[in-house]
Amino acid sequence: MTPPAVDLRLLVPELVVTATAVAVMLAGLFLPAGRQHLLRWLAAVGTLAALGTTLTAGADPTPAFAGMYVRDALTRVIQATALLAVLLAQWLSGEYVERTGLEAGEYYALMLVAALGAMLMAASSDLIMLFLGLETLSIPLYVLAAFARTDLRSQEAGLKYFLLGAFGTAFFLYGIALLFGATGSTGYRALAEHARTPAVIFQAGLALLTIGLAFKAAVVPFHFWAPDVYEGAPLPATAYMSVIAKVGAFAAFLRVYVVALAAQAGEWSTLLAAISVLTMIVGNVAALRQTSIKRLLAYSSIAHAGFILTGVVAGTPSGASAVAFYLLAYTFMTLGAFAVVLMLHRRGEEADQIADLSGVAWRAPALGGAMALFMVSLAGLPPTAGFLAKFYVFTAALDAGQIGVVVTGVLTSVVSAYYYLRVAYTMFTGQPHEDVGFAGGRWVTAALVTASAGVVVLGIFPGRVISFVQQVGEILR
Amino acid sequence: MMGLPMMTILIFLPLAAAIVVAAIDRKKTGALYGVGLAGSLAALALAAVVFVRFDPDQAALQFVERMAWIPSAGVSYHIGVDGISLPLVMLTAVIMPLALLSAWGSIAERIKEFVFSMLVLETALLGTFLAADLVLFYVFWEAVLIPMYFIIGLWGGPRRSYAAVKFILYTMTGSALMLVAIITLYLHSGPSLGARTFDLAQLRQLRVAMPLQAWLFGAFALAFAIKVPVWPLHTWLPDAHVEAPTAGSVVLAAVLLKMGTYGFLRFLLPLFPQATLQFAPLLSALAILGIIYGGIVSWAQPDVKRLVAMSSVSHLGLVTLGVFVMTVPAIQGSLLQMVNHGISTGGLFLIVGVLYDRTHSRLLGDYGGVAALMPRLAPLALIVVLSSLALPGTNGFVGEFLILLGTFRANPVYAALATSGVILSAVYLLWMYQRVMQGPVAVKERARMTDLTRREQWLFIPLIALIFWIGVYPSALLRRSEASVRALVQDVRERGNAAHLASHESRVTSHDR
Repeated sequence: MTPPAVDLRLLVPELVVTATAVAVMLAGLFLPAGRQHLLRWLAAVGTLAALGTTLTAGADPTPAFAGMYVRDALTRVIQATALLAVLLAQWLSGEYVERTGLEAGEYYALMLVAALGAMLMAASSDLIMLFLGLETLSIPLYVLAAFARTDLRSQEAGLKYFLLGAFGTAFFLYGIALLFGATGSTGYRALAEHARTPAVIFQAGLALLTIGLAFKAAVVPFHFWAPDVYEGAPLPATAYMSVIAKVGAFAAFLRVYVVALAAQAGEWSTLLAAISVLTMIVGNVAALRQTSIKRLLAYSSIAHAGFILTGVVAGTPSGASAVAFYLLAYTFMTLGAFAVVLMLHRRGEEADQIADLSGVAWRAPALGGAMALFMVSLAGLPPTAGFLAKFYVFTAALDAGQIGVVVTGVLTSVVSAYYYLRVAYTMFTGQPHEDVGFAGGRWVTAALVTASAGVVVLGIFPGRVISFVQQVGEILR
Repeated sequence: MMGLPMMTILIFLPLAAAIVVAAIDRKKTGALYGVGLAGSLAALALAAVVFVRFDPDQAALQFVERMAWIPSAGVSYHIGVDGISLPLVMLTAVIMPLALLSAWGSIAERIKEFVFSMLVLETALLGTFLAADLVLFYVFWEAVLIPMYFIIGLWGGPRRSYAAVKFILYTMTGSALMLVAIITLYLHSGPSLGARTFDLAQLRQLRVAMPLQAWLFGAFALAFAIKVPVWPLHTWLPDAHVEAPTAGSVVLAAVLLKMGTYGFLRFLLPLFPQATLQFAPLLSALAILGIIYGGIVSWAQPDVKRLVAMSSVSHLGLVTLGVFVMTVPAIQGSLLQMVNHGISTGGLFLIVGVLYDRTHSRLLGDYGGVAALMPRLAPLALIVVLSSLALPGTNGFVGEFLILLGTFRANPVYAALATSGVILSAVYLLWMYQRVMQGPVAVKERARMTDLTRREQWLFIPLIALIFWIGVYPSALLRRSEASVRALVQDVRERGNAAHLASHESRVTSHDR
């Protein structure tokens, strides 16, 4: 048996991210306390370099590592989204970590490693690779949730996330074991072959695998951890995990269901459709009564997981492209909304209550305008990225005949308008709190401006981005 | 001049002014309102050029501009104007500067955001009336909601937050299902049209089979009926109108409600002719119920702003009836009446606003003998009231007469019932005028009841001019809309009946076998 050929050229983006993570961590150890801000530059340059290598890498399907890994258009689009997410999240964190004394090489290194995990999940063509990616994504996020060492809430969030996440991983791994038992292989190709005549053990394995992914994506009924973890984790870590975990999990959904099991769409789509409907309803209804902006955005992220899932349910090339577009739009609008909250503080603490936002727009009109933009986009109203994202997933789902899912989707979007617009409205009404002050800075402003531009451009001039994400659909044809 | 993208400039001129407003220092109130007014007046001037150069003999879209927007999804930036959209474009262009002018004295805080919202709203409204692609239309249609939500929610009355949320949830629910219907149409357009498209002109060729057509018709009709609002979907309207600031109420009543009736004519009838013929009696019945219900409820209102708001339910019931009896005079009357209602109800809300600015009361019981205190307002108000109750010589008469004439030809019973609405409107409007203006002076704070300022007079002068101009010479509008309306009626009747006959025949032949 010859060892499989190793072609590291395909892995350049992942290697750049890894190298950056290592460099940032080491530099963090040696840089004097006053110069730690240089880490941000280092992380940003490394991430941008990785983004560049991802975008310039070929999109022709190229398998590597004995079929464990594949670099194709889906890899490219999802990796670009993950890198964009980590870049914006680094910028978001800039002043926060400095102010709260969290700044350290580890913080940025953990973020980069989590992005690496999502990138590997996108590139997986084997369940073992998918598992590796998933763990590479999850473990840094557990640590990030607990990163505020002196804050009990953060410790609780980290522990909760870790325990439930480990639970989810156990399901996932058990699913892989059963699938291996059923097919004798861990490759996606073997899944596709055995799916035609599925044994009970195969279906059980697939169900457990789905539960594991559903945990990571915070899809109902495996979402219970999300609000508590989001609330307790440091604000920029919450922002980052709400995006990167979705990117990784939905990349896996696309790889397993839409790519590997395309021929059996009729069987799994009903199950996923049910989950999606449930997620949209529970996420949006539960968000209605939240008073903490972190919890509100947690339920919002659950609701959006339901919307994104409608694109997976479609199971078509256009559905896969729509999911990719949605992830990109979701990255911009969610990180943008978090950026607005990060611009404020309540006596040095996080200004994480909706009430803290009252009247802020009259002191900082641009901030109010930006928040209104992100909320309108999250509610799926035109002319923003959020509208076109929903438009695409719903078109794909309707094309696949999923009328019930789509009707639920549009009606729960109306529900979501209620709580999103309430946040925007709060910013424009009432008296500003004396306790609440501005904590802006260059880095978080850069993140805010980039996110706003992303939401507007994706909503009004989406042509180029759409042709970019449409490559995803092509790999299925 | 021909090379210029006239329609694009018209749509985005107010938005450009909004961007300028955003850059102005918020303390310079004069400059803020000045730029806002200049932007909307420039749009009016451009609209007037379009109006003059519009070719009345052509039924199809004119001043067409077409560009790919999202080619991979069959979405294009396709805009143009025809005899059906022209009156509404003109109405929007006329009302917006007046609404801004009305706010100049009464809205004194957060002026920058207010002017900005109004200008964005104008762009969205013009886009809604000019879009000829379903997705483009939907984008503008929904974009209207956001500035209106803030106008009601931030500058409105005591219950503004509730009213704003109710407004947006009601209208979004309707349009959410319309989006599903739009996408379904797109997906069905592939097989018969060659390529999937959202283009209205191409989708009109589509023949959707019957049970599906009825569902799609229902989704579109619901969205538009909520907006009009058709009874019994009107419950958002009194709250939104009463709580909105004067300028918001004016735009809401004068223009936003017409989005619904315009939607009927532009999308519902031509896209679903067969379902339209089938469901026209139902919608006509609801319209008649609205006419009578709105009239009676208006009569009972102690709150003058609520009275005017509920009168819209009645007046727009008549417009809706005109649409669904589907004769050329009735639809032309409906179109004209959309404009008339914008002018007269816009005027009524302005009067209420003028009074409210002085007394801060909307209750009829707090007024009386205002004519003696405000001698300049009284005759202007009388003219507006008479226009609203359709006195011959004013614009309202021509519109209502055409609708009733067209309805009578199609169904005399409908016409008889609808006429009761005309009588009711005379009752409650004259009663309102009498309670407010005539009799002994009953206003508590007489000192505040100063007569109209020069700015306020300028609010009414254009409206009064339009009331008489349309009343005496309606053919300027009617001539421009006739060709498009005639083509629409013919098209709906032919395709609706042909499809109906075809399905009937197939049923007969299948029986024979």
